[in-house]
Amino acid sequence: MTTTLLDGPVIDLALLGLALAFLLGMLRGVLGPLVADRAIAADVCFFSVVASFALLALRSGSEAFIDVVLIASLLGFLATVALAALVTARSA
Amino acid sequence: MRAVVAAVLMFAGVLVMLIAGIGVLRMPDTLTRSSAATKGTGLGAGMILLGVGIAIGTPNALIKVALAIALQIASAPLAGHLIGRAAYRSGAPLWEGTVIDDYRRFYPYERQRMAWHRDAAEGASSDRG
Repeated sequence: MTTTLLDGPVIDLALLGLALAFLLGMLRGVLGPLVADRAIAADVCFFSVVASFALLALRSGSEAFIDVVLIASLLGFLATVALAALVTARSA
Repeated sequence: MRAVVAAVLMFAGVLVMLIAGIGVLRMPDTLTRSSAATKGTGLGAGMILLGVGIAIGTPNALIKVALAIALQIASAPLAGHLIGRAAYRSGAPLWEGTVIDDYRRFYPYERQRMAWHRDAAEGASSDRG
């Protein structure tokens, strides 16, 4: 963390890119004609938030954010599986 | 040097996540959108996590990051497969340019309900089952 390359504005730029990815996913979630489209969009939004948590761990210097990433990626998988079960149960 | 490697990995990951977002927004049907989302989030988040782990550099953080990446790599294709399967079986319309549809012979009945989603206006909830 003593480096100057990874301080402040560089990470902010990366966070901005992730926010743009989040917005694109959110747009598909609003547009998406099927429930499965919305589930996919939620997946993209969720993982862009998880990746931004990883960047925030670097930005704020506290490694507790890494634990958040670890738990959140597991929970995101469970959420996607639940949404897939929901999509299947709705149609069959 | 370590910071350069970490920064390159992080920005490549952000770029892949952005491509995933664009693909989710612009791809023509549900299955291709699922493909873009799965590969993009798996690779992109994995690269960002690896970059952050290299940048922090403590063994503790590296172990946690490696665990998170392993979890991501193991679960992302599974989640994508589940969503794609659920979408196909619920009769999601395929793109007009689709060339190969190997799953059709297992679910011929669901294919007939493609129109069910196209015009959701006429009482779609009546013919489930």
